[in-house]
Parts: sequence; structure tokens; C-alpha cells
Amino acid sequence: MNARAQSPRPITIAVVALGGEGGGVLADWIVDLAQHGGYLAQATSVPGVAQRTGATVYYVELFAKAAADAAGREPVLALMPVPGDVDIVLASELMEAARAVERGFVTPDKTLLIASTHRVFAMTEKIALADGRADAAALLAACREAARELRAFDMAALAEATGSVLSAVLFGALAGSSALPFPRPAFEAAIRRGQVGVERSLAAFAAGFETARPGEAPLPVPTLMDDPARAAPAAIRDLMESTAREFSGEAGAVVLAGIERLTDYQDPAYAREFLARLAPFKEIERERRAGSGALLAETARQLALAMTYEDTVRVAELKIRSSRFARVREEIRLEDGQIFEIAEFFHPRTQEIADTLPAPLGNWLMRTPWARRLVDRATRKGKVVKTTSVGGFLLLYALAKLKRLRRRSLRFNAEQTGLAKWLDLVAATARVDYPFAVQVARMRGLVKGYGDTHARGQAKFGTLAALIPRLRGRSDAAAKLDALIKAALADEDGQALDNAIAELGAAEPASASG
Amino acid sequence: MAERSFKSEVAKLRLGAGQEFRGEGILAVTKALLQSGVSYVSGYQGAPISHLVDVLADADDVLRELGIRFEASANEAAAAAALAASINYPLRGAATFKSTVGTNVASDALANLASSGVTGGALIIVGEDYGEGSSIMQERSHAFAMKSQIWLLDPRPNLPSIVRAVEAGFELSEASNTPVMLELRIRACHVYGSFVTRDNARAAFTLRDALENPARDANRIVLPPASYLQEREKVEKRWPAAVRFIEQHKLNEVFKGDADDIGIVMQGGMYNTVLRSLEILGLADVFGASRVPLYVLNVTYPLIDTELVGFCAGKKAVLIIEEGQPEFIEQAVNTILRRADVATRVEGKSMLPMAGEYTGAVIKEGLRKFITAYRPDLLAEGRAGAALRAADDRVAKAKHSVAGQVHGRPPSFCTGCPERPIFAAMKLVERELGPHHVSCDIGCHLFSILPPFNLGNSTMGYGLGGAGASAFNTAGGRRAIALVGDGGFWHNGLASSVGNAVFNKSDNVLIVVDNGYAAATGGQDVPSSAADNALRATKNPIEKAVRGVGVDWVRTITRTYDVGRMRDALKEALTTAVKGPKVIIAQSECMLNKERRVRPLMRKRLQGGERVVRERFGVDPDTCTGDHSCIRLSGCPSLTLAPNPDPLRREPVTKVINSCVGCGLCGEVAHAAVLCPSFYRASIIANPTAWDRLKHKVRSAVIGALQRRIDAHLAAA
Repeated sequence: MNARAQSPRPITIAVVALGGEGGGVLADWIVDLAQHGGYLAQATSVPGVAQRTGATVYYVELFAKAAADAAGREPVLALMPVPGDVDIVLASELMEAARAVERGFVTPDKTLLIASTHRVFAMTEKIALADGRADAAALLAACREAARELRAFDMAALAEATGSVLSAVLFGALAGSSALPFPRPAFEAAIRRGQVGVERSLAAFAAGFETARPGEAPLPVPTLMDDPARAAPAAIRDLMESTAREFSGEAGAVVLAGIERLTDYQDPAYAREFLARLAPFKEIERERRAGSGALLAETARQLALAMTYEDTVRVAELKIRSSRFARVREEIRLEDGQIFEIAEFFHPRTQEIADTLPAPLGNWLMRTPWARRLVDRATRKGKVVKTTSVGGFLLLYALAKLKRLRRRSLRFNAEQTGLAKWLDLVAATARVDYPFAVQVARMRGLVKGYGDTHARGQAKFGTLAALIPRLRGRSDAAAKLDALIKAALADEDGQALDNAIAELGAAEPASASG
Repeated sequence: MAERSFKSEVAKLRLGAGQEFRGEGILAVTKALLQSGVSYVSGYQGAPISHLVDVLADADDVLRELGIRFEASANEAAAAAALAASINYPLRGAATFKSTVGTNVASDALANLASSGVTGGALIIVGEDYGEGSSIMQERSHAFAMKSQIWLLDPRPNLPSIVRAVEAGFELSEASNTPVMLELRIRACHVYGSFVTRDNARAAFTLRDALENPARDANRIVLPPASYLQEREKVEKRWPAAVRFIEQHKLNEVFKGDADDIGIVMQGGMYNTVLRSLEILGLADVFGASRVPLYVLNVTYPLIDTELVGFCAGKKAVLIIEEGQPEFIEQAVNTILRRADVATRVEGKSMLPMAGEYTGAVIKEGLRKFITAYRPDLLAEGRAGAALRAADDRVAKAKHSVAGQVHGRPPSFCTGCPERPIFAAMKLVERELGPHHVSCDIGCHLFSILPPFNLGNSTMGYGLGGAGASAFNTAGGRRAIALVGDGGFWHNGLASSVGNAVFNKSDNVLIVVDNGYAAATGGQDVPSSAADNALRATKNPIEKAVRGVGVDWVRTITRTYDVGRMRDALKEALTTAVKGPKVIIAQSECMLNKERRVRPLMRKRLQGGERVVRERFGVDPDTCTGDHSCIRLSGCPSLTLAPNPDPLRREPVTKVINSCVGCGLCGEVAHAAVLCPSFYRASIIANPTAWDRLKHKVRSAVIGALQRRIDAHLAAA
């Protein structure tokens, strides 16, 4: 009755990958492996422009030659995966694995899903003004839920460690899963026949094979917020210890990080100023007793960042440290016998130069047209500074030395005035509406970056700060401000924020205006 | 040179009788052309038929041995026009391009060819770029076949069937004096399979024979009164001849089944998907034995009335499986059965969606509906109901949990792409001068319409970027910006986008993206390519051509990565008082092809112990504040995110991964847009010279001493 019941079936394999990632090579290896192992193989794909970094699917079907010979007929193999009918899905990246789930290729009764857990972020995740990344845990959970069996681990890391490509690790994982009726040497022979980068591919293959074999690999442990191994400088050890006693929970960790940051940025005295500014908020938390400490933590976080605003001195200081040289060396994977040079891209403008100068001088420069024009002309183009050259290094070294003048600089004075106002606003708000005050504290995070980015953030912050009195007293003030902050981060030019504010006006309850 | 080298594929073209060819569908077509004794092939590249053109471009030796002329045509119209050689002479020829876009361009020549009729077999091989992965508007080539009366083949998607279609196509063409179109979908072009080869055939009558003995027949030229005669000949002679040939040679196939009160009529290209769906539903085995009778149209135009009537007569209902719209076949079948007074119900778009690709899921659902309506008894309960529901629940749950988390991932500019800085510069100009209307073209540069650039208002076709802005020809005020690639420029753009703008005194700005290749289609050479090419004339500068048709204001930017210069040139073009079109030629080699060209050379030099400097960029995570404006002005794949190492910051920092090719854009953008000082360029010197080492020693001594002082100070702080 059922024509299918007596009939042998093909093994169906979908490779989901990003264009240019080697999905085609993997499909070729599988075809070659199968043909040498007594199977008929058919593979197809839709490369086209998807080759240019887009999501793409390669599809392979394998059919036992013996079964075809026994029947005396050729099988009809499909050219695309049918949802619910895919035996193996090989995913070169976590979101692509989740996309295969979303497209129905991964089903609990059938599919072995072999996926790399690393992320290649989509454009829309990358261009967000803050954090636009998808929830990797949710992606992985969906893979686990939908698959009959999941073998997932960071294959990009293995590929990198073996100096090879991800497709070789994936091929190894496929072999290690024992899902195909071919022994390990048959897989390796297919790589050898490919004749491209054989040795490295075999190493990557072996890494994938071993990791996939003993079942599911442990999930990557999220990196800790702080590195406990790091020792605090001698001068602030006492301060750190007393702070650790006085603050607890999230706020404690943040304040400690803040102290270190401020000391590194200026000196221990500056860190004590930070603590003094936090005192009122510690008091607010103490009065609330059972409180979450969220306000103190958020205020401390934003205050520490704001007090250590990025200026020319700071940048110069960070660029010349030996730890930075070591980091670059590691990042570019410098090999023995190689030499590296670092060039920086600076574009200081008149404003930044004035900012660094002592306040009276800085003000004079900004207000004196001829002097300004002169500096404007000199700074029209960006500068490339070679930090690894003696001259370049000394230039940055000298700039970093200006740290001593920082407290008298134009920017420092402006920043302190702004910070005092914002802290007063947070404190005043906290007395009437605690959750709202947490958002007012968080709002300061809009100010970040350099140049125009900083100016745009500052403008958005100013817009929201002006709205605080209007929001105060509304029962949904915290939620509204949260939404406004999100809108401020939705686009660069502030269009979304303008729309959100316009809506706010329209939706305002009548009572608030009266 | 094309993106891939096809020298190993070329060897497959030499296979002789009884040998096995293994490879892609489109390469099987190429081999079948040689087996059929073609005298000439013309083509314009584009997915999914690029490989046919690329292989023939690499197969000069084989072609010369067989006396075959291969034309890398300027565009599809030129490729189709080449088929004129088959009108007067017994010469077999083939033209190939992407469809329907290529067929649109070719249709002038195709219509003339079809009216004239052919003596030698003329085959038009179109890659039907429809459905998933397609880069063009969703239309059908079927309409072109019908309007010009060109026979349309749509073979089953396996290599033996495709090869037979090529060979039978030439015979059909000659038997009916009509050009034949072979339609291959994307997956069929890329399907890897095998077939048994025959020897290549050398044409008895050669191109030279034709030139030495020109033949002429005024009745074969489209001019009244011959054109009226030709139309009559089409329906009175050529059509019946084609029907006879198709019937006699059984080009269409009938597969019998025991459930013979119903049946399925399908385009040949749908066969494998239909069979798999039937198999999943329990109605067929994997070898193609179906319980439901099948009528497979390997020829979808013309339909063979007698075959259709024979298949449908006595059946309750048939299901037409016809991808795309309008449903030409279904309409025709209704007419044929009505005329023959056959009462069989015709289902089709009633059970399958009118639009969109017929994937396995879609066809399975349509078949289920059809069988449920007419033969519910055939559908056995497959898996146990409860288990099925549990599985479905889990899938639903999984899908629900990733809803909104799976971002779209459209194609984008490659790492180090020289086109990216052009759009970064446009973004910067937009900030200063406000948004402009941007008329796009076809090519990789069309990715500008997507994030992060979001630039572009329309695209009208290959080489038509400038023409697409031609209505916006107002005196004073804001100008429109148009784009065209070097591929589009030589395809059609010189006349339609440049000459047209000069003649109509346009004030608009045209940016010609000159990256040295037809990059989007696989990196083929164009007349302005910088590469040496033994068979084609390259190195014809675009600027010369542009000035030649009368443009006075031309700026050539020889390094697109210089964002500052790009920006200034664009600003000047948008604001200058000079009248007439403003053309900016933005030159830098396609990075994908450059890397392919340069990398092996670098490796060789490295191994030879030569000094090699590699540059790449990086971001210092302690100065990056996680705003990502650099990504919004670039979007390079090597520019990505990493967790913020700063415990106080939540936003991920920008990170440059090792795939960076050091194009320089990040630094240029940081300068031009006054972004942030976090970017650095690292130069890695392999096999340093003695001078390098000495310099390094001195520097390390000075810098090391100072760094030790800083470290000591930090520890004490």
C-alpha cells in the first residue's frame, strides 16, 4: 500500500553557511567521500550574490549504490531540503543554525544538528548605537529544543587554533558524530584528494572529530565581569579594602572598579572625590534598607565613566603602555622573527585642543577668531602617528604628561559642572520616585564617544534632562524614560527620539498638565 | 580572468564516447554543446550561467580544435544577435544569459531571430534566476517564448536529461526552423551529478564556409512584406513541425501509476521536488515509481494537445504544477481540454500558491490538498499521530523562542571592498548637504541600499543608473546622484546613462564604480579591465569613453579608499556651477579578485625569504566607547563586535578580526568623519632586513625604557 515503506531512502544533509565561508568546499568533500564509499551523491546550491557574505544553503543527498543496483534503477534525488525530512544539518555559525530551525529543517524526530556556537554578527546587530546583539542563549536553546541531537561547540576557535578553516572542523565533527556510514580514514582521504591546504585541514578535522565524539561539548562559560587576579596598585589598596567593607553586592563591584579606573585615570585623590560624590546615594540606599541598591550601582557606574571622560591625554596614555603593545602583538598574531609597527589615526580639532588647555587659555582660543582660524587650518586633516617610532612615542608620552594640568583644563571644568547638575537631578528624583531616578542615572550613558558622536550624545542627554521635570510625578515616569533612552539609541540623528517625545506629548495625561 | 579558474573543468570538455562526466549542471550543458557540433557560442555572464561563459573563456584550446567561435558578448542583446549566423546557414549556435533580466535585454534580437526563422539549430540557454537566492525581479522566461514563438525546454533536473535537452533542442530547432530556449533553474545549473559522454562533434559546415559563400534570402529578413509571411509561416509551418517532432521523439514523458483516475502535469524542472513530496506522502518510491500518473513537460511550449487530451481523458482531475505567474500552462490546458470536450477538472493555482518558489514544503502541501480532495484513500497515516504532534510542538516552541532573534543576513560588500568607501563618502556628504535622490544600477554596489548605508532610491536595470535619474533634470537646486559599475557601463551605460545625459544636458552626477571586473557576476574582464587578456582587448579607459561622448566635467579618483578625496569630489560635483553631467570615476581593484591574484604571490615571496609587509587594522578596546559609528560608516565583515573588557561598560566594543586585508578604510573614515582615536594600523614585517632589525632595536631600547618607567609608576600609583 505505502510505496515508501519498502523503499530505501537517501541520507539528506543541509549545510547552512555564510557566503565565502567554505560551505561549498564542505559539500564537495561530502560528495567525494560518498562517491568513494559506495554511495551516489548529488549536491546543489544557490550561490549567486549570496556568495557575498549572505546566508546560504548547500544541499546534499547520498544514496547507497548497492540499493540502486539491487533495484536496477537510479534514485530521484531532491534539489532542496524539505522541512521535516533533513537527517543532518551542518551549521557554520549559531544564528545560521537558528535560521535552519526557523525554516523547519531541524526536527526532533530526525535531525542531527552539528553547529558552531561562535557568532558572526549580522549587520543589524553591529550597527546598533549600544548593544544590538541577539540573545545567543536563546538561539542555542532553540537548537537544542528542535534537534533530535545537537553537537555544538566553538568551531571558529578550533579553526583558528589549527590555522585552518571552519569547514574542516565541521567535516571533522560530522565524522566524529558517526552519523554517516563511513570510517574516519575515508573522511581524511577526501580532504587529501582535495589537495588544498591538506595538512592544516587535517589538523582542524581532527580537532572537530575529537570534540564532537564524546557527546555534547560543554557550553562556553561567560567571561567574568572582573578579573580577580588583577592586583590593585599599592597606593589605593587601603581605599579598596575599606570600600569592599562598606559596599556590597553589585554596587560594591561597580564602586571598586570605579576606584581603580579613577586612580588610573588621574590619581587616588580623584578616586576619593568619586566616593564623596557617591555618599548621598549611599545614604539614600541606607534609608531604604531593603532596597536593591540599583540606584547606587547605576549612579556609581555612570559617574565613574563620566569622570573618566576620554580626552587627548587619556588616549595618549593608553596608547603607549607596554600592556597595549603586548595586546596588539597578540591580536595581529606576530610570529617569531617578524617586526611590527603601529600607526594611530588621530584627528584633534580646535575644540579638543582648547579642551586640553588650561581653562582661561582654552576659552581665549575658542573666542579669538584669528587664533581659532589658525588652529582650524592646522587641524583640517587627520594625523597619522607612528607609536612604534621614537618620535611618535615621545609625542604621545609628552601628551600623556599633560595629565598634571588636567584638573585646570577647560574640558575638566565643564565636565564637573555638568556632573554636579546631573547628580543633583538624580538625588532629587530619588526622593520622589526611586525607579525613575535609576533611569535618570542611566540616562548619562548616552554621552560617550568622541567628536561628533560625543556632541550628538550630549545633545540627546540634554533633551532628556529637560524632560525630567515634565515626567516627574507621573506614575509611569520610569517606564517612559526607559523608552525614551531606547529611542535615543535607536538611530544616530535623533529621529526616533523626536518621534518618541512627540508621542509623549500626545499621550500625556490631562492631570499632569494641571 | 574570472573569479574561479576553470582549467580543471576544461579537461572534462575533452571526455570521449562512453566516459563519465562528473560535475555541475551548467558544465554538462557546456559539454553537450560540444557534442552537438556547435559552430559558435555567445554569452553574457550572470548567475546561474556564469560558469558556462567562464569555462568557455578558459577553453580556448578545445574550442580552436573544434573550430568553435566563443564570443564574450558586450551584453545579452549582442549575445542573442550573434544567433543571426544560424538564419542563413546550417550553423549550430548557442547564446546564454541570466533570465529574465538578460532575456529582457536580448528580446529585440530574439524577436527578430524568431520572426526570420533559422536554418541551423539556434539554442538560447537561460538561467532562470527565480526563488531563493535570486538577485532579480521575479518573472518568467515563459512569456518571452510565447510572445516570440520560441520553443521552451524545461528538462528534468538531472544531468542526462539536461544533456538530452541540449541535443534534442538543436534537432527540434532545425526541424521546425525555430529558435529553442532551454530554461534551467538555479539549482539545476549548480546540481552536481554525472552523465555518460559522447565524442565532441566538429561541424561539417564551418563559419569560414559561410563567409566564403554568403547566402541571402530576403524572405528571412524582417521587413514588410516578408515579416507578414514570417508570422503566417510561424503558425502554419513551424508550429506543426515542432509538434510533430516533439511527439515523435517523445520529448515529454508519461509515467504510469495505479491511481489512474487522477494525474499530475508538471514542468520538467519540478520533477525531483514533486517526486520527493510524493515519496514523503507515501505515494512514490525513491526510484520514481509513483502511484499517481505523471505527465512531465520537458517541453513547456508549445503544449502538445493530443498528448494532454490523452493523459487527461477519463480522469476526475489533474493537478498542474507550474512555478511562477501568470499560470500560462494551466490556462492553456483548460483551453485545450475545453476544445476537446474533456471534462477533467484542472487544479493548479487553486491548490498551490500563485506566486513564489515551489519548494519541497509548498509542493508537498499542494499535493496533500489535491489528494485529499480527490483520492483521500491514498493518504495512509504516516507517523503515529501523537508522536507527530509532540515533534511539531517542539519545533513550534523552538521557532517561538528565536522569533525576532534571527536577523536577516542579505549579501553585502566583501572585506576590504573598494566600493564601500564610495558610500562612506556619500554618507559624509549627506551629513553636510542633506539627502539626495540616488539612482542605483545593477552590481555589487546595489548593496548600498541595505544597512549600514541605506542609500539609493531605485534601480532600473543594468547600465541604467544614469538614465534612471534622467527625469530629474531641473534648473538649479539639488542634483540627483546616479551610480553605474564598470560592468553596467560597458553593457549599456555608455549610451543610456552617459550619452543620454550629455544629449539631454543633464546636470546630474554619475559615479562610475571602476573596479576592473564585472565583479558581481564572478569577476569577468570588461573592456576597461587592467588585466592582460590574450583573447580580448582590455585597458580601454572609461574616462576616454566618457569624454568621447561629450562629458567635460570628469574626475578620476584612482584610490577609492581616500574617503576625503571621494567626499570632496562628490561635494564639488553636487555644487559646481559647471553645466552638463558630472562624472566621477572611482577606481580601485575589486578586493575579492585582488586577494585571489595577490595572495599566492605573497605566499611565494614569503617562502622565498623576501621581505613582505602585511597591513591590518585593529581597535583598542580601552579607548573604544562602543558607539559603533565606525561600523555604520563601513559595514566591513572584518569589523565586528567583542565583549567590552571594561567592567563598567555594557556595550560591546568594535573589533577587527584577522580577516582584515588592511584596505585602509577604517583609518580614512576615522579621519574624514572625525570618529575616534581607537583605530590603529599594524604593519607586520616578515623576513625583515638588517636595516629593519637595527631600527627595531633602537626603537625598542628607547620605548622599552620609557614603558618600564610607566609600568613602575602604575604599580605604585
